[in-house]
Amino acid sequence: MYVAVKGGEQAIANAHRWLADRRRGNRERAELEVEQIGDQLRLAVDRVMSEASLYDPELAALAFKQASGDLTEAVFLLRAYRTTLPRLAVSEPLDTANMRIERRISATYKDIPGGQILGPTYDYTHRLLDFLQLAGAEVPPAESRDDVTEAEPCPQILELLNDEGLVEQELDDGSEPADITRDPPDYPMDRAARLQMLARGDEGYLLALGYSTQRGYGRNHPFAGEIRLGQVEVEIHVDEWDETICVGEIALSECQLINQFGGSREAAPQFTRGYGLAFGHNERKTMAMALVDRALRAEELGEPIVGPAQQAEFVLAHADSVDASGFVSHLKLPHYVDFQSELDLLRRLRREHAQNTSFGQSESHGNPATEEETSARKSGQGKHDREGGVHGL
Amino acid sequence: MNGYNFAYLDEQTKRMIRRALLKAVAIPGYQVPFGGREMPMPYGWGTGGVQVTASILGADDILKVIDQGADDTTNAVSIRHFFQRVAGVETTTSTATADVIQTRHRIPETPLRNGQILVFQVPIPEPLRFIEPSEQETRMMHALEEYGVMHVKLYEDIARYGHIATTYAYPVKVDGRYVMDPSPIPKFDNPKLDGNPALMLFGAGREKRLYAIPPYTRVESLDFEDHPFEVQTWEHTCALCGSDHSYLDEVITDDKGGRMFVCSDTDYCQTRRGEVA
Repeated sequence: MYVAVKGGEQAIANAHRWLADRRRGNRERAELEVEQIGDQLRLAVDRVMSEASLYDPELAALAFKQASGDLTEAVFLLRAYRTTLPRLAVSEPLDTANMRIERRISATYKDIPGGQILGPTYDYTHRLLDFLQLAGAEVPPAESRDDVTEAEPCPQILELLNDEGLVEQELDDGSEPADITRDPPDYPMDRAARLQMLARGDEGYLLALGYSTQRGYGRNHPFAGEIRLGQVEVEIHVDEWDETICVGEIALSECQLINQFGGSREAAPQFTRGYGLAFGHNERKTMAMALVDRALRAEELGEPIVGPAQQAEFVLAHADSVDASGFVSHLKLPHYVDFQSELDLLRRLRREHAQNTSFGQSESHGNPATEEETSARKSGQGKHDREGGVHGL
Repeated sequence: MNGYNFAYLDEQTKRMIRRALLKAVAIPGYQVPFGGREMPMPYGWGTGGVQVTASILGADDILKVIDQGADDTTNAVSIRHFFQRVAGVETTTSTATADVIQTRHRIPETPLRNGQILVFQVPIPEPLRFIEPSEQETRMMHALEEYGVMHVKLYEDIARYGHIATTYAYPVKVDGRYVMDPSPIPKFDNPKLDGNPALMLFGAGREKRLYAIPPYTRVESLDFEDHPFEVQTWEHTCALCGSDHSYLDEVITDDKGGRMFVCSDTDYCQTRRGEVA
């Protein structure tokens, strides 16, 4: 005799205990410390902070640990925490021109004021597994210069092009930007809202879309005008004191692309820009973001929309990994009721199909069906790939 | 629960959601955009419904949560636990006792009464989405009451199969104006939407939309004069309570084709069995 499935509560509790046990791993080894993760797996931490849109290295490391290293899960954990936080203040616009630079390169000029600084990069490393690390070899400390007392100013490369009017200007018009964390998306979106969505978009997704523009699906001829990584001061204006004060520093990556020029009868041709910004060291993310940002400006710049990366609603509505992983994973939830509906319909369609088929056999003995009946039967003979199936949610 | 506000969301957010709900009630069937928040469960798992429930729940309310009609499916258990933990409210499995019922994919068999609120979890709120993928376009279509494409889709079903081949999330027209997705309930439940004494609220978290059917509102399932709307029927009765009028789930009992049919609404089934015994 069938017994209704009970015990969901106990099953959930047991599953979570098992998960916690798995996460802890072998008890004979020291437990991974959150500080170690922040210290030694910082690129993972930076990615989690970026896509969760919360700058907190310690909690991002905790999320990474709690998620057993599953970045998408870690992003979700931190994002769900972020939503509970009060908004105490809105910062002044960050000034990345005054970044305390760790890395700064330009692919458009050989030598630049302030110099090219490679910084801690995986670029030019040979991707050979370092078996010495398996044996626990000591890593020698990095070289440091002590002869630099005052850092050279590092002006933004694209501003240097501004002097000649070669690149489009981007000026703060003082308007209040949208806030995608408070307001529902309203298409079409302005660039500020688009950039916010891209900034917390999934890196893999943006990488694929950016890559697609390079392969011809909405090509925009990019040059890496400047990529810079480093610390930027966050300032807020305190009304009571009528003063702007620094509340701390955050690490940022910024990518400014120089792209194909437009121009019209009225406006002289100029380079255009694509922009990428992310928390921490997230260079690949910012480059992909800048490519996609530029692609999404197709309409504004009067370019034909031919590639997926140029279709704003498509790109933006599917960029968020918390949205995407939630909705894909919800397929695991029970769907018995809808499935029962479909079973019922499918049995009925097959029954009707069988009846029609036997009817069709007698028809060849000189019993012509009307044209309408014949076409209905023909379509019924195909696979039941009916469009109604897309309602399967 | 320490560190969190009553029912998880902060009061500002709840007020924002209640404002959107008032608008939704004022314009039955219209999808109201709202500033949906991330919740501590995944999008697609009921975050829209959870936000609605969190915003309307009072400390004295009695909450019931069902998924597929049942109180004991894993996600229903999980959401009920969530509210026990963050709101400390009393919960029940009894449809008649509950003040607020959050549901996924079903409307209870026991008739609802005025004063009750039924909260639906909605995956894709836009009934026209699978005909027109662009949100910009579909909002325009609603504004212009341009619903011809929906009828064309239903007609294509008839031309192809001889009858309308949509079995759940069957589109309805609310108060003679807005075409609305009733969420993926089986079309069996559609007639319960019409003139229902309870307030019905719909929350789509990921898509950030809310909509509502106020009590006693006219709700029609789309159809044609010569192909009227009809609901599923069964040749069987419930193997547990003998009901011949409730929505039945098929249960496979062995690997030799053995199966039985039971009520999907577990509270309804148990109540009936209690009455019979």
